[in-house]
Amino acid sequence: MAGHQTYEEQKALVFRGLLLLGAITIVEVFIALLAKGHLIHSVRFTEGFGHYLYMLLMIGFSLYKAYFIIFFFMHMAYEVRGLAISVLLPTALLVWAIIAFFQEGSSWGARREQIKEKDEELVKPAPANQPQGYLLPGISTRNQG
Amino acid sequence: MAETSVAHAHEMHEHDHSDEARLWEGGKEPFKASYGKLMMWYFLVSDAFTFAGFLIAYGALRFSMPTWPEPDFVFASFPFVKAHWPLIFVTFMTFVLIFSSVTMVRAVQEGHRENQRGVVFWMLMTILGGATFLGSQAYEWTTLIVKENMTISQNPFGRHIADGVYLNPDGSEAKRADGAPLEFHKGESYLLHIHDGKAEGLAFHDTSQPGEKMIEHEGTKIKYTTGAYAGQIREAEMGPKAFGALFFFITGFHGFHVFSGVLFLAIIMINAAGGLYAARRNGYEMVEKMGLYWHFVDLVWVFVFLVFYLL
Repeated sequence: MAGHQTYEEQKALVFRGLLLLGAITIVEVFIALLAKGHLIHSVRFTEGFGHYLYMLLMIGFSLYKAYFIIFFFMHMAYEVRGLAISVLLPTALLVWAIIAFFQEGSSWGARREQIKEKDEELVKPAPANQPQGYLLPGISTRNQG
Repeated sequence: MAETSVAHAHEMHEHDHSDEARLWEGGKEPFKASYGKLMMWYFLVSDAFTFAGFLIAYGALRFSMPTWPEPDFVFASFPFVKAHWPLIFVTFMTFVLIFSSVTMVRAVQEGHRENQRGVVFWMLMTILGGATFLGSQAYEWTTLIVKENMTISQNPFGRHIADGVYLNPDGSEAKRADGAPLEFHKGESYLLHIHDGKAEGLAFHDTSQPGEKMIEHEGTKIKYTTGAYAGQIREAEMGPKAFGALFFFITGFHGFHVFSGVLFLAIIMINAAGGLYAARRNGYEMVEKMGLYWHFVDLVWVFVFLVFYLL
């Protein structure tokens, strides 16, 4: 592990980590409550550009927390480069998984909406003297007669 | 000549064999990490993919639904507090895990100094943190299941798809105390009260004025006033069913990790207290491996917190 750090330096890192992770969490929750309109009644960022900015900010904070935990609490910063690459590189596959499955999810939603619309569509009955489609002989004579 | 070569070959073979055995026993460590530590890292990689699969499934299903429950409406309970405190209790749970992660780092550091008392003390603190987290989760689940009737196949947290007005059980439009109509807006949340499988009322925030005041309303019928559904009267529907199953499976899987982590922390703490790792003289490597696992549980919570409570 961190053989090049003194004991005092290590303890300082722990304290810094506690402050950093705690502060980020408080900021995250503060922004979340603000964005959802719980702090100032008339201010909320639940739609449009403000909402995208809010989500980007939250994802950014979380990724930074993850980086700090992996590199300093789990000591990845002091491991051999090869170990870090063999652990971190495979997670790049998740980027595509996220893009593909979210795309797929939106598509399910669109299909479901389409089916719902079709279900609620009013079907106009065809006039009796103009039968449409393929008709069995018995039925066609009855309709025409 | 032949004899010597055979003997030589035999010697070579034996040499090779012993060398190979030494290599397999970690004679030359890949990535300068012990076998156990390396395998813990790779286990965590596979576990990360399992959690990622769950969270991506949550995202895909959420994207496929026209509405999704609002986290700050769903997760607003706090022990002994009647009022709605959105997200405050899960923030407390997050802090508990951060603290227990920090105490775990201290245990690993004391292990490197071969300080047995320090290791045992900080591991005990970590176990207390883990147990507090599990207790908090038990409270959260109990509130959702017993009080709010959310299960893996039922989600009473809905959101309005258009503006409208609440109706009384007799079909008339509901009024506030001051005579104004009891309206709702697109995107606002409600909780269906369910008794014996039937919806018998609604709870929602009073959005006409600041504060988190909850209104309890008797009827379950609503009338839309804008959008494509204007004029239609409907029963207030339950929210997307998938939400309940996703919530209980994902936080349950994480909670199971915390639970098994607490068990293993306890075993390793008892071993450390008994002097097992002091005798090995390897800087309490077992504590370090346990530390990797425990930090990973905290790491997963960062993303569970993001996906379920913040976004």
